[in-house]
Amino acid sequence: MSTFRTVIAAIVLAALAMACATSTTGPSSRPAGPGLGRDATPQEIAAWDISIPPSGAGLPAGSGTAKQGEAVYVAKCLACHAAKGAGKPADQLVGGLGSLATANPVRTVGSYWPYATTLFDYIRRAMPTTNPMSLSDSEVYAVTAYLLHLNGIVGANAEMNAQTLAEVKMPNRDGFVDWSRK
Amino acid sequence: MKPNDGIERTPIAQAPSPLEQPSDSDKIDRRAFLTRGAGMVAATVTAWPAPAAAAAADAPAAVPPWMQTPGKPMSNYGQPSAFEKPVARIVGAPYGAIAPGSGAARTPIHALEGTITPSGLHFERHHNGVPEIDPAAHRLLIHGLVKKPLMFTVQALLRYPMTSRICFIECAGNSNANTNLKAPQVPAGAIHGMVSCSEWTGVPLAVLLDEAGVDPRADWLLAEGADAAAMSRSVPLAKAFDDAMIALYQNGERLRPEQGYPVRLLLPGWEGNMNVKWLRRVKLTEGPTHTKDETSKYSDPTPDGKARQFTFEMGVKSVITRPSIGMKMQGAGLYEISGLAWSGAGKIRRVDVSLDGGTSWREAVLQAPIFSKSVTRFRLPWEWNGARVQLQSRATDEKDNVQPSRASWLPDYMPQQRYHNNSIQTWAIEADGGVSNVYL
Repeated sequence: MSTFRTVIAAIVLAALAMACATSTTGPSSRPAGPGLGRDATPQEIAAWDISIPPSGAGLPAGSGTAKQGEAVYVAKCLACHAAKGAGKPADQLVGGLGSLATANPVRTVGSYWPYATTLFDYIRRAMPTTNPMSLSDSEVYAVTAYLLHLNGIVGANAEMNAQTLAEVKMPNRDGFVDWSRK
Repeated sequence: MKPNDGIERTPIAQAPSPLEQPSDSDKIDRRAFLTRGAGMVAATVTAWPAPAAAAAADAPAAVPPWMQTPGKPMSNYGQPSAFEKPVARIVGAPYGAIAPGSGAARTPIHALEGTITPSGLHFERHHNGVPEIDPAAHRLLIHGLVKKPLMFTVQALLRYPMTSRICFIECAGNSNANTNLKAPQVPAGAIHGMVSCSEWTGVPLAVLLDEAGVDPRADWLLAEGADAAAMSRSVPLAKAFDDAMIALYQNGERLRPEQGYPVRLLLPGWEGNMNVKWLRRVKLTEGPTHTKDETSKYSDPTPDGKARQFTFEMGVKSVITRPSIGMKMQGAGLYEISGLAWSGAGKIRRVDVSLDGGTSWREAVLQAPIFSKSVTRFRLPWEWNGARVQLQSRATDEKDNVQPSRASWLPDYMPQQRYHNNSIQTWAIEADGGVSNVYL
């Protein structure tokens, strides 16, 4: 009988071990990798890392004002976003302030976007769609300043750079409710 | 299993299969419809053959031509039958020539059966086109709050331990046409076709993060694609250690370019947009990055002027694909109601079908196997008496989430809010057999 119990116990233990070994859901059971990634160099990381969080960490050197940005906008953005960010065929970028809780909400950079850093990040990585990543960092600062100015958020001569951009408080900064933990 | 609700049912095996052996005229009509459907135009056609054609009207060749000549030789890569050409994605490019690669192509769910979406019909949603990536020139960088930033070649990733799972991907904007003021009279795929289901195979993201060594300060990650929008989204780190996958294969073959070849992030059950295609960079961060596609887009404004941000999980949902718009009932008789159900929260536990716009319900049969965060096919034999009905399906998942009615879903959001519409679809079937989309 005790031998029988030992055998049963051994079978149960073996089954448990197999279950653990074959499960792919629990963190404790995931397989080890073969370690085939090579070290990424600081230079590589600096060149690849283009994302800018609200803190402004990673914003590059360079600067621009709304006045300088107007020329960039007319040359690179107006064809899709229309004069002064009025929109069509692409998104409207200007106006709509105070409209979000009405029957006709107008969501634009000025009325909806919570962070100015996002504007720099997105223009730099994706605009213009015909030639993304073609603008210089100063051109991106300048056209960002222009759009902020059209929305009445910064003055025509305000210089946007790595320090000032992160300090811009967008009108709808507190308009978002975090559902990531709901 | 037989639901104990007192309703007489015909076993599914005995129900006629309406798409089996359609007559030639049916095929032609379907093709015409599907071609028009591609242009988002509503059309009514014959998709259900009459139950019993008289022999005089149906004269098949006893020896058809393809039995009298040798067939085609073998091929390197099989294609669907030429007669199935109309079964195609429904392309929508809202910006036209200015940005032809910005938009979506929807899965023709009304023309498909089962649960797995053929890879070439998996829906597409791109932000600046499909990049043509040479895998030898592609890298995946993992950096940020890690002990050891790592650069991976695709070849290296292919040597890692892999796992497979079947799951759906649904765009957060799926079914947005049903937020239009007027109910769109277009096929089910044109409304609800930004959901698809595949078997995905790849490396658990956690395995790579283990190798890089997670800094305890990290609680989010940023995922970035190598497309011409460098599309990027923030993801809570917990998801990486739950079920996130670096997907390399789809339905057994390497990813299609439209699905992120050579590397895509798979986040089962979460907004399609977060399943970043052409994945090139994973940066571990403290807090989210607040990218354009998680602030100005893919956030859900509410009537008070606020917006819900980071609403990741796709809600429990279902849609009847047969009958649906474009199909015409062929008189009273026995039909099979067939549809798709899915939930980002887990397994589908139950689907109910209503014939009276949600007043009364009967339980549909769920087709096994039922996987978590995957598409489940439901079926219900139905004896149509020829009178007008308002057909609905309502899914319930294993977490007791119940699909809402459109009328109860809408008031939660700002006018024009077009994300996360998991509300119940109503198809009205008229006495003449025509099907239309109605709002209830």
